[in-house]
This record gives sequence, structure tokens and C-alpha cells, in this order.
Amino acid sequence: MSDTEERVKKIVVEHLGVEADKVTMDASFIDDLGADSLDIVELVMAFEEEFGVEIPDDAAEKITTVGDAVRYIEEHKG
Amino acid sequence: MRRVVVTGLGLVTPLGSDVETVWANILAGKSGAGPITHFDASEYKCRIACEVKPKDHEYGFDADKRVDTKVQRQVDPFIVFGIDAAGQAIEDAGLADMPEEMRLRAGCSIGSGIGGLPGIEKESLVLAEKGPGRVSPHFVHGRLINLISGQVSIKYGLMGPNHAVVTACSTGAHSIGDAARMIKDNDADIMLAGGAEATICPIGIAGFAQARALSTKFNDDPTRASRPYDVDRDGFVMGEGAGVVVLEEYEHAKARGAKIYAEVVGYGLSGDAYHVTAPHPEGSGAYRSMKMALAKAGVEPSEIDYINAHGTSTPLGDELELGAVRRLFGDAIATVSMSSTKSAIGHLLGGAGAVESIFCILALRDQIVPPTLNLDNPSESCADVDLVPHVAKKRKVKAVLNNSFGFGGTNASLVMKAVD
Repeated sequence: MSDTEERVKKIVVEHLGVEADKVTMDASFIDDLGADSLDIVELVMAFEEEFGVEIPDDAAEKITTVGDAVRYIEEHKG
Repeated sequence: MRRVVVTGLGLVTPLGSDVETVWANILAGKSGAGPITHFDASEYKCRIACEVKPKDHEYGFDADKRVDTKVQRQVDPFIVFGIDAAGQAIEDAGLADMPEEMRLRAGCSIGSGIGGLPGIEKESLVLAEKGPGRVSPHFVHGRLINLISGQVSIKYGLMGPNHAVVTACSTGAHSIGDAARMIKDNDADIMLAGGAEATICPIGIAGFAQARALSTKFNDDPTRASRPYDVDRDGFVMGEGAGVVVLEEYEHAKARGAKIYAEVVGYGLSGDAYHVTAPHPEGSGAYRSMKMALAKAGVEPSEIDYINAHGTSTPLGDELELGAVRRLFGDAIATVSMSSTKSAIGHLLGGAGAVESIFCILALRDQIVPPTLNLDNPSESCADVDLVPHVAKKRKVKAVLNNSFGFGGTNASLVMKAVD
């Protein structure tokens, strides 16, 4: 597991209060992890803080799975 | 006429997080006061409060019992306390799992005096330091006063009235009174009613201290600070927590064989029309509120055995309330017991009226009245009244009166009786 993946998963577990083993790369925030649209806004903010990246709204809308977040961060972090 | 009874109780307080523990501690004369731990208060004029204890404490609060971890993260503590107290009450009433037709006729009226002040304070600092893009998307609905009712309604599927009172320190009593009316008016058969507060935060303590409302002379001896009617009282001690009752239409409760604690027989409410923080100098609002509640109940002052007073331990308020009771009760003042449980758990602000109504109900159940702690030397005008100093007192308790008064000159009184 990459460092980014590990840190993303940790944030997801903390914010959504879900079991760590449910937070797979394919897991959908809404369908699998019980998030609502505002939870995703909050997660994106937490990712921005953690990784020092900016995730614009139009990019954030396309992040629907844990893997989407990991890939976006890997591509954009400094 | 539809009658309203109490069939469930729930408490989160500085002296425990379930009804029986809290009541045992209250009757034992324990105090929930101590140095403030929620933040560093070393530079504050008031450095003490009655905090809800952490879960590893002998009578601490475990939020995980009834509140989803995600919700805990998103909302202010007053909502967490409120959800838990509501959960206790609905479980106690045996109504946690109601069929849909019952839930359509079940609602919530759980308010707060101030709401999510700690969260507003914290998020304002985030806004100032990090900008608008860092403000939590859960900021608004995690702080709003009606979001205890909102959360509880969602959690238990309650589709009846979804209401929340905001009347400062009389919120809890108004919530119960208003909800009882909703049942009387046939808007619902079941209502979860009460109040919650959690404002032991820097801006909360600073604000109340600046309003000269808090005790500041007992920072080194916190358990002695809340001392209603005592000559050395110098302000209230802030508490936190929640109280929620299940109110139910009498025939509905009887038909399902529910345990019935008490009947809400009278509700009075009034305005001082005088000053935003100071009580009316003749206690006229308090007098009219109590008088209305007794008249609605069809109960004479001589029939009231116990008054749970507003009695916050402020220099002005305690004696004005007692003066109003004296005028209303006349000779009956000699037979009533009146105490302030704020001496033990502090002032729960919007939660106070609900928590204290529950103490009244437990006094009816157990035929014992809780004490006023620290009443070493009653003020002259209080000396001839049974204020139940120091120790709980066994006595006949058939009818009780609860008073709650709030900033803005708002007053609420409830009369409750045992059901024969």
C-alpha cells in the first residue's frame, strides 16, 4: 500500500466512522461507505489539508471512490 | 379532554448519564462541580463548572452508546447529549421500535437555550485563520438548536411534530409544556420533550462572566460555589447535559400497559416585560407563571408538596423567586418543600427545566425531595421556608411544581401529579 493510499484510508475511516477493512480502493464513498454529499465535501477538505493539494469543485465531483481520491492526489501533490 | 402523562425519562448530567445514577447522586448530596477541564480557563474570572464527566469516570458519559460516531464528529456536544437523553427516554418508555402508524403520531420538542456555541467559536477561528474554504460543510446543521429534534426524529423515525423551543433558561420547561399541549390538541399521541446545553467553552464562560452572572468567588472550592439562598452566593455555576421525557396521551399509554410516572396537569408561562437579564423586582412574571400553571391544573398552592425552584444562586434571582412563591402560597408556604438542584449539577441553561422536571417526577415516584447543597446561612428572607438544606428529605409528595426563568424575562412553570 502506498503512503498516499494509507493516509487517505486513515482519513476516510476517521471521518466516516467505518471499519478499516471496508475502505478498499474500489469502495464508493456513497454506495459502500455510507457517506452523503456533504461528507464528501468534508473528506475532500481533509485531503487538501493532509496533502497540501487543491482539489477544485469540478474535480471533487468526479471523486466517487477511495481509489479516485488516491489517484487524484498522487497526480497532483507537489 | 386528552390527558398527558410521562412514560419515559432520560438524563445526561454532571452527576451521571442515566436516570438512576443521577438521582442516587443527587439524593446523596454529591456535587458535579470542579475546575473547568474543557479548555484552559486559568486566565478567566470564572474557572469552575459542572462538566459532564468523561466516559472513564465513575459516572461519566459514553457518547458511543447511542450516538453514531459520524454524527458525534459533525455536531456540537449539546446535540450529542440530547440524542442520548432522548434515546434513554424512548427506551425507558418501551418505544424505541414503534410501528409506522405509531411513529406517524410521535414527535419531538427538544430545544436548547443557546445551541452550538463551542462549534461556532471554533469554526469562526477556522474561518479567520484558514479562510471560507476550510469551514466544515456540517457547520450549520451541526450547531442549529432544532437539530436535536431533527436527529432524534431521523434516528427513531418520528414523523409527528418536529419542534424546538429557544427560550434561554426556561427552554426545557417550555419544551415540555408546549409538547404536552400538542398532545392535548391531538397533533400527536407521543412527544419526546426536553432540552440540552453544552456551552462550557471560552466564549460561553467569558460571555456569562462579563454579564456578571457566574460565581467567581469559589474558584478554589468549586463544590461550594453553587449555593442558592445562602448569604454568600455570588452567581451561578454553569452546567451541561440534557433531559428528555416521553410524554404520552393517557389512554394511549394505558392501552399499551406503559409505566406511568406522572401526569402533566398544569403549564403556565409569562413575560416579565422588564429587563433582558435582571428579573422583575417584584417577581411578577414568576408569580403569574406559577399562578397560571396552578390554575390550569386546578391545584391549590396548599396541595403542592415540592417546588423545584429556578434558584440559580444569583444574588437577585433566588430571593425574588422565593418572594413570588410566598405571595402566591400564603400560609401554604409553611407546608411546601422547595429546593434547588442547581446546587448539585449547576445551571444547565436550556436543559435545566427538563432535567429538573425529571427530578420532580422522581420525587413523586420515591416520596423524597432532593436537597439544596451549601445552604449554610440562608438569606434573611429565606429563613422560614423549608429549602431542604444539605440532605434529601423523605416526605409525602403528591403534586410538584417546577419553575424555570430565562434571559429576556421569560418564565415557565409546570405542575405535575402522580396518577392514581
